[in-house]
Amino acid sequence: MDLIRVSGTPLLSGTARGTALKLAEPISFWGGINPADGLIIDRRHPAAGKSVTGRILIMPHGRGSTTGAGALAECIRVGTGPAGIILQSPDHIITIGALAAAELYPHRPCPVTVAGEEYERLVDALPTAIAPDGAITQQSVA
Amino acid sequence: MSAARLESPGGDLELTPADRAMLAGEEGPAVAMAMRLLAGLARAAGARRLIDVTGTHVDSALCQGRASLDFAARLRDLGGRVRVPTTLNIGSVDLLHPGLTGGDEAVRRMGRETMRAYADMGGVPTWTCAPYQMVNRPARGEYVAWGESNAVAFANSVLGARTPRFGDFADIAAAVTGRAPEMGLYLDANRRADVHYHLSGFSDESLAGEELFAVLGFLIGSDTGAGVPVITGLERATEDQLKVLGAAAATSGAVGMFHVAGITPEAPDLAAAAGPRLRREEVTPARLSAARRALSTADGGEPQVVNLGTPHYSVGQVERLRRLLDGRAIHPRVTLYVNLGRDALAALDGARELKEQGVVFVTDTCTYVTSILDEGVRLAMCDSAKWAYYAPGNLGIEVVFGSTAECVESAVAGRVIRESDRWT
Repeated sequence: MDLIRVSGTPLLSGTARGTALKLAEPISFWGGINPADGLIIDRRHPAAGKSVTGRILIMPHGRGSTTGAGALAECIRVGTGPAGIILQSPDHIITIGALAAAELYPHRPCPVTVAGEEYERLVDALPTAIAPDGAITQQSVA
Repeated sequence: MSAARLESPGGDLELTPADRAMLAGEEGPAVAMAMRLLAGLARAAGARRLIDVTGTHVDSALCQGRASLDFAARLRDLGGRVRVPTTLNIGSVDLLHPGLTGGDEAVRRMGRETMRAYADMGGVPTWTCAPYQMVNRPARGEYVAWGESNAVAFANSVLGARTPRFGDFADIAAAVTGRAPEMGLYLDANRRADVHYHLSGFSDESLAGEELFAVLGFLIGSDTGAGVPVITGLERATEDQLKVLGAAAATSGAVGMFHVAGITPEAPDLAAAAGPRLRREEVTPARLSAARRALSTADGGEPQVVNLGTPHYSVGQVERLRRLLDGRAIHPRVTLYVNLGRDALAALDGARELKEQGVVFVTDTCTYVTSILDEGVRLAMCDSAKWAYYAPGNLGIEVVFGSTAECVESAVAGRVIRESDRWT
């Protein structure tokens, strides 16, 4: 089984596993994802209709309204949020949302890590893990 | 591109003895919690230190579910109190017009309780997304910590104050500590433009309204992502036009600052705003017309709602609405909403005349973030790129974007009246 290893930089340290959902375009948690079911509701987004719940969400950076942090925290509270988030570049809206959720709901971790220049190597739909040091591992299914 | 935006000069975060005392809980558990968030944010942003801020605008009072209230109540109950002058952004309930907000009473109560928690912590209950339309606003060069993406864009671009885009939780953390990570748009290097949009071929009439600015902002946000644009060809733009531009750019992209050459305090001309590398983009009428079409999900029909004022309308924009409506009544099948700050409504002396013509004023919140529209609404028309972008997903409706004049004519006629391909 082939492995893709990327040394990420953790913005919120933690352990996460899930199937990758790599978005070609960034999404705003606020107005882009419904906290009730974790579905992407931004109809202009190429991944509209897909669920982020339990996935390792991979996207270049955040997007849109600064209200996204509260929406991410609500997704995490409800349990519809991603298992973890991998970004190409740091995003403070996502970081603060995950940090606040970690204060309130420490039993529902959602680690955030930055892949930087190696971001392009990450592949959609593969089993993906985030380690506490920010490292990312993907297994090819074939 | 965006990676560089968030990088500060590098190195580890150095906290002052006063910061460390706050983190250790010496000023109470609320300050400690706020400082944990700021320290985590600072590390994420690569900030080397925290700096003092002279004021904040807090966006966190918009309840997005139990998490919003859980956070606010936790911080308040731990003794949280703002240390610097703090204005409050919109909430999810119109407190002045309680009958307007529909939906579940439990949700409304949660919204009111969240708003109250921020007022309890000492935030001024301004409940507006356009704090820059009020009397006290930050001066050029002032370091503030603002939430609400359109307000951030305005503060940096029009006032020449400095603030990165603070998200929920970070803004109130800055308010209760008076500190913020030295990151993003606080730093000179991150305020320089990396892409130049030049407008040519537009008539004076096109440049006089707000519609062009909404579409241009939307185009720029989509194109530049998290970059800093500089725009030439708009040397006579008004504050209302720049508000519209910034709100749109901060919706389709992560734009926290734009330069309009000749207007932005830091951009007397193109050269003053330009960073070391400047990509040039031509904005032609054809390009803008294509962007305008992308803002609508429907071509026409009979709208049940016409929405104006996202961001909150200024007094001047309401006066223009009064002139456009010119005494005519709104069509009986249409509700025309105007979102505005409670201070603006007070300055208009309640705008009784417009209310009699059928205009419904919404304060303290906005029609696209809460349950104000009737459930039967299928089609709405609006003059805001931000509303056009979010309403289809948030409210499950179709949207036609148009100029304010087109919106008013449509509201009177009861059907969408709109010119196609306006700029070609």
